[in-house]
Order: sequence, then structure tokens, then C-alpha cells
Amino acid sequence: MKFRALASTCAIVAFAGVAANADPADDTLVINGEIPIVTHTDAAPPYIEGLTEQYSGWHFREADTRAMEQDDFDNPGMLGVEAAAANWNEVDGTAGKACASCHEAPESMAGVRTQMPKYSEAKGTMMTLEMYINECRTERMGAEAWGWDDAAMVNMTALISSVSRGLPMNVAVDGPAAPYWEQGKEMYYTRYGQLELSCANCHEDNYGNYIRADHLSQGQINGFPVYRLKDAKLSSIHNRFKGCVRDTRAETFKPGSPEFIALEVYVASRGNGLSVESPSIRN
Amino acid sequence: MKRQLLLGLILTAAAGVAASAETAPADVAYEDGAVAQSLSGAAGNPEEGAKVISTRSLGNCVACHAITAMPSAAFQGNIGPSLDGVAGRWDEAGLRGIVSDAKMTFDGTMMPSFYKTGPYIRPGDAFTGKAAEGELPPLLSAQQIEDVVAYLMTLKE
Repeated sequence: MKFRALASTCAIVAFAGVAANADPADDTLVINGEIPIVTHTDAAPPYIEGLTEQYSGWHFREADTRAMEQDDFDNPGMLGVEAAAANWNEVDGTAGKACASCHEAPESMAGVRTQMPKYSEAKGTMMTLEMYINECRTERMGAEAWGWDDAAMVNMTALISSVSRGLPMNVAVDGPAAPYWEQGKEMYYTRYGQLELSCANCHEDNYGNYIRADHLSQGQINGFPVYRLKDAKLSSIHNRFKGCVRDTRAETFKPGSPEFIALEVYVASRGNGLSVESPSIRN
Repeated sequence: MKRQLLLGLILTAAAGVAASAETAPADVAYEDGAVAQSLSGAAGNPEEGAKVISTRSLGNCVACHAITAMPSAAFQGNIGPSLDGVAGRWDEAGLRGIVSDAKMTFDGTMMPSFYKTGPYIRPGDAFTGKAAEGELPPLLSAQQIEDVVAYLMTLKE
């Protein structure tokens, strides 16, 4: 009830925003007819100076792409979720454990994705969902670490994220997260590469506009991992970062690098308040 | 080391000047953002300029600017202003300056600098994502800049 009222408020706000703010689609997202997704807010977090409102990338895609995300049977990203759900129950490693041995059903992970990346007191460092998964694998299962962009890893992040769909992103930006957040913010406004483009040039100053056929979004990551139609597979946050930096004719950073972890903290915080939407579908 | 490299470039550029009266990127004289002299020493060819403007691997100007007179270039962007009638708003020197390095005219503009060799932050080897090896050539050559300017000068209202 409360969610539905919120969704219709969002629809009105989105509609009003169309004229002033280029043209994110005026539409609302409910997945499987039962999970309302907050894809727009008219109040970005106060620590995000450059945004007055937030839009999920869903608003910048065509109607058929938006429709695919409304039903899990039409969402090809759910194939990865299903593969990970099978993996969830499979014993791997020297300890003879599966994910399910400690965590029971994947639904026990509800809420985890909303806080990612999250500072680990035990490890004394900022950790993404991929890092928490590998920590479990190597330290509790006695299994091999997965590579950042291995299909098994990306699928597992999709599964763990999917059980948080509809919950608001809520990444910490203060306390031990502060230095990571500051580093990420600095990167967000740095004009990299021979084309001298910052994240902000496209995703803060020009969302809604077109670079050739690309309809620029706010670069929100609440829908990651995303199923990209052009790749026909799920893509991690850092893989997308890598592609964006490459497209500025710059030397990119590596997935899992300290730079991309910091950037993820900052970019995730720009979406605080939007619903987790993963696995989403994009171009 | 850097200085030697720079000296080498200047010498190379100087050799170029003797041969073709071409101005090296570092030697371009901007006056309030405008550049009076042809960068190549030759006139531009508007037909070649149209190719540079519409081709992705060259200038790809239509990625951000719309040009009604160029309907064959699909998916024209709208990041920058439309270039329709641009020759009525700027003279040739002004357009040459903007195409060469728009930041000299519009401080902090998003528009890439097409006739510049740096400094850049983490310059890459084109779109490979790998580090650039050595000094990068400018995005467009002196003659390509002249060709683009010649085409833009045909865009009168």
C-alpha cells in the first residue's frame, strides 16, 4: 500500500520532470506485479551536490527494454540468478560446505546488497559484494577465489542482489567509509583520457541527452549487475566502469582495483534511496 | 628527459613548418580563443570536412552536435549546440579556435580538444584502455581541422 502510493507519487514527479529535464521516460516499474521499484526520487541525498533528483537507468531505455524488466520470465538476467541459485547449494572446497550450509536460503541475504560496498572492521578495508563472496569462499569454504568478472561471480552477485529488489540503496558514506567516498568523488569529477571526460560530464551534466545513439543516464548502479543486450550477458559494476573510462581514450583501472572500489562507494551513494533493481536490463 | 622529448617535438615541428607551413599544436596562437591563420597553411576542403564530421573514427562531431544539412549522419547527438547556421554566429578564426581547442573559448567546456597533444590525465592508446605509449598525436590533423572549418563555414542560415 505504502509502496504503491509512493510509486504513483513518483510517476507524477517523473511526469513533471520531463519538460524541465530532457526526457527520461515517464513510467513506473513493478516487477512480477508485486515488487514496486523506486526508480525516481525528487530529492537526491544532501551530500550529492550535483543532483537534485535521481533516476534509475531504467528510465533512459526504450519501452521494450523497460518492459523486459517487469517480469522475471522475460528478464534474461534471471538465467544467471538461477545458475547461481543452483551453485548456492553445491558443496565446494575443502571444508565441505555450500553457501547454503551457513546461510540457508538465498533470501537470507535480503538487505545485503543495499549496503554494498561496506567497510569491514575485521579486514580493515572497504569491501564490495564480490570481496565478501570471495572471503566466504577462501576462508570458510576452503574454495578457490572467483575472478571479479567470472560468470560464477557475476551470477552470484546477481542472485544476492535480486533478493534485495525493492529495498532502498543505503550505502554508508561517513565513518570509515569517508576516505573511500572522498577518493571516489574526486575520481568522479576528474577528466580522464585524451577526450578529457569525467563521469560528471556525461552522467551529471548531460543525463537525458544523447551522444550519438546513446541516451545518457545518471550512471546509477542500483541495477547492477546488469544484463546488457549488446553483450548478451550480465556485467559487473567495475566492468562497466572500465568500459566508460576506456571510452574517454584513457588508460583504464582494473576491476577490483582500489580506485574502482572507491569509485563504487561514491557512485553507489549517488543512488542511495533508489531501489535495488538487479539484475536489470540495459542496452 | 621530458624536456628533451619536447625539444625533439619542437624540432620536428620546426622541420614541418619549413616544409608545409604547418603549425604544431603547441604553437597555435589563440587570441580570445580564435586562431587567425590556417593550421596547415593550406585552404580547407569542405567535402573532406563533412567526412571528418560524420565519421565515428575521425571527428564524429555529430555525436554531440546536430547538423540538419547532413541527414545521412544517423543518430545526431544533442550534448552541444546545433551547428545549423554556425557560420553566421562565428567567423572563420573563431570556428578554427573552437574546433582546435574549445576550452580556449569556453572555459571548462566538455568538448574535447581536437588539436592538442596534452597534458592529459591517464592518456590511453585510442580506445584500447591501455596506456598511451609516448606522446599522443592530436585527435585531428592540421588539415583535418581546416577541412572541418571549411565545412562549418558553409552552414549559413
